[in-house]
Amino acid sequence: MNAEAVLKKTVTWRWSSRLPMQMKEKAIESLLLFAALTSVAITIGIVGVLVYESIGFFRQVSLWDFLTDTQWTPLFSEPHYGILPLISGTLVTTAVALAVAVPMGSLIAIYLSEYASRGVRETIKPALELLSAVPTVVYGYFALLFVTPALQALWPALPGFNMLSAGLVIGIMIVPYVSSVSEDAMRAVPVHLREGAFALGATRMQTALRVVFPSALSGITAAYVLGISRAIGETMVVAIAAGMQPTLTWNPLEPAATMTAYIVQVSLGDLPHGSVGYQTIFATGLTLLLMTLVFNLAGHVLKKRYRQIY
Amino acid sequence: MSLKNDIGKSTDAKLVRRQILRSQLRDRFFAVGGLLVMAVACLVLLALLLQLAYDGIGRVSWQFVSSYPSRFASQAGILSAWIGTILVMILTAATAIPLGIGAAIYLEEYASKNWMTDVIEINIANLAGVPSIVYGLMALGLLVYEFHLGHSFLTAGLTLAMLILPMVIIATREALRAIPPQIREAAYAVGATKWQTVRDHVVPYSMGGILTGMILALSRAVGETAPLITVGALSFIAFLPRSPLTSEFPFISLQWLFDPFTVMPIQMFNWVSRPQDEFHVNAAAAGVILLAMTLAMNGLAIAIRARFRKRIHW
Amino acid sequence: MTAQVYVTPTLKAEAKELSFFYGGTAQALRSISLALPDRHATALIGPSGCGKTTFLRCLNRMHDLYPGNRYAGSVVLYPDGINIVDQTIDPIEIRMRVGMVFQKPNPFPTTIYENVAYGLRIRGSITRSDLKAVVEQSLKDAALWPEVKDRLHSLAFNLSGGQQQRLCIARALATGPEMLLFDEPTSALDPTATARIEELVTELKQRITIVIVTHNMQQAARVSDYTAFMYEGELVECDRTEKIFTNPSNKLTEEYVTGRFG
Repeated sequence: MNAEAVLKKTVTWRWSSRLPMQMKEKAIESLLLFAALTSVAITIGIVGVLVYESIGFFRQVSLWDFLTDTQWTPLFSEPHYGILPLISGTLVTTAVALAVAVPMGSLIAIYLSEYASRGVRETIKPALELLSAVPTVVYGYFALLFVTPALQALWPALPGFNMLSAGLVIGIMIVPYVSSVSEDAMRAVPVHLREGAFALGATRMQTALRVVFPSALSGITAAYVLGISRAIGETMVVAIAAGMQPTLTWNPLEPAATMTAYIVQVSLGDLPHGSVGYQTIFATGLTLLLMTLVFNLAGHVLKKRYRQIY
Repeated sequence: MSLKNDIGKSTDAKLVRRQILRSQLRDRFFAVGGLLVMAVACLVLLALLLQLAYDGIGRVSWQFVSSYPSRFASQAGILSAWIGTILVMILTAATAIPLGIGAAIYLEEYASKNWMTDVIEINIANLAGVPSIVYGLMALGLLVYEFHLGHSFLTAGLTLAMLILPMVIIATREALRAIPPQIREAAYAVGATKWQTVRDHVVPYSMGGILTGMILALSRAVGETAPLITVGALSFIAFLPRSPLTSEFPFISLQWLFDPFTVMPIQMFNWVSRPQDEFHVNAAAAGVILLAMTLAMNGLAIAIRARFRKRIHW
Repeated sequence: MTAQVYVTPTLKAEAKELSFFYGGTAQALRSISLALPDRHATALIGPSGCGKTTFLRCLNRMHDLYPGNRYAGSVVLYPDGINIVDQTIDPIEIRMRVGMVFQKPNPFPTTIYENVAYGLRIRGSITRSDLKAVVEQSLKDAALWPEVKDRLHSLAFNLSGGQQQRLCIARALATGPEMLLFDEPTSALDPTATARIEELVTELKQRITIVIVTHNMQQAARVSDYTAFMYEGELVECDRTEKIFTNPSNKLTEEYVTGRFG
């Protein structure tokens, strides 16, 4: 059949099957919308479950006790439900993690965005990607069986479980995250601002510290804030290396339990569904979610700001 | 020799030169500092890998890979754990990939700019920052108890699927966005419908980015421990789930979905939490295998990314 | 302003008081009434921003791809008399009858064969031999066949700019359109490639109605039978090409054509 005859055939096809095709298009669009809405369903599920169980919890424990009691012993015969010990554990490990991740991450970001040659960048970026690809349970192993003994060589009095090792390892773990977000923010600073500084005779360090860093400040702060959120939510490293003893302490050389480690501890055991002990993990989870939400929102707002400026 | 500037102050050239040298020195120290910090990061990574390998590689053997966990460290193995990981991964992938890609296609190609779309987008950004253990809590309340799915493979697969869904969506959207609008217009101009344009052009040309995002998300899921502990993974599973293949009609059984489960990271966690050193060795060996799995998947993703980037260039 | 509509040739399409609003509010076309004669080439000329590309993209409903756009008035397609910009008419139908070649060549990142075959594949089942025949014929009509007949299954990206544009023309021709729209098809090409495309258009216009937007007045003069001059969203004048370029009726047209502005 020659080309003209073929085309005549396809022309007649066009008119006959439009309607079923339109219905098919609509059906496909609905299916895809359903897929997009599952994400909303997940959020509703998370908030719903946490709030529902927490309501059950707060019927038995007053909010005041929850926020101010200095002991967390829900499984004792004389239970105490103060969340402060868990929060102190979370905050101390996070602080140690930030003490590592903020300087390291920022310095790496400055170096990569202002100094690094292509060769250096090509070696470092994969290494950083690798750091973030290691499973957290492996980091936990590392913290317990390498970092703690190493620290004990310096301080023999260091207990086998302590927040310092856990915090240090979490810090290393989030360095790639902090450095990549900071680096993005610094690279977004337009070249002409740097050139202005160079034209005045500034060195790269002076330009980086006095021009680029301040200009990218909201993006860099976003990196720190999001790093905080990651550290707060970290579970396995603290569960393995920091111990599971809820203690209200601000000393990183002691063992303590974080909110996340507590949830793991309870999940490993056997708690009857519906008991107060069971509900404590949801109340803890809700507190955890609220804390990370605040930091995530702050980080998101800061990220939007630095993107808008340029 | 003194230099005069317009403001009338004369500057000593020697002083200026000394200042310049000082700041150049500081600059060089700073650069060295940056390199040192990066070296520290690399050294830590190396120390971790070497430590794990040193402790664990000796223990990796056929016996280790084919035995069940046991009270006796020397007899214990990861059979149920690695099979569990594979089965859970299959479930996770089967759920998260179609939903994630579908959602991303909807948001990039179909959704109009209204409040509903904004809500969905903000929602996904938030979900990406939720700690993984919270997903476990949600699955515990909802899947295990409310939907009566129990502490099973099905629950585990769905939990991890929900965890990695935001990652798959975000990565897929970026890949779709990279296709220039001219390609879409060319398809429309020959009379393609929206779905035909997406199915025949946009998705195939962004496959590289989509696959990369998918594999990276799955490699995250392989290493996830906390949400699965919460959902009730047991670490003393001395049996395998019921086989999906049966000898009588209809030859396929879905019973295994409801069987108790365990996965590699949980097995490692269980062993490292014991005080005895022999179990630590087992943990290290499990860690070596787990790390090998994760790094292999990451490597695959990077290779795919590189290969696709070579083929299509805009 | 009204246009001078030619009654003499049969029309393929006719715009009747067509207006267009970007985002529903920003008016880009003002009551355009323009006749497009069948199997002739009509050129659209005018300074940047006058609305010629906007008008062109109305003819195959390309504006529907972006939300908020609104048409007013009508564009009648002959011989059946349907209104192209009627919202109840499926744009897919229109695009199957009216093809487009874009400013920058945009072949799909697949093989040469697949590029041309795609338009036919989505229309329904077609046998392999039929498909091959149509692909070959389209590539011949686009004056590209001799250069690619030995490498039909290599990537389209490996062709030169001019070849890619001819490939895009072949792709548009494969589906047997009644009208072919060209949006500044040679502005991204070198003079040799440009000349080849212009030759092609001159050949094609004997079989298909052509509407070509061009910045290049000499090109309009070489290629088209009728020329329409647009300015600030309105049709100023439309007449036979020789008349527009030698003795236009409107002063604005004369000023543009003699290069006094634009």
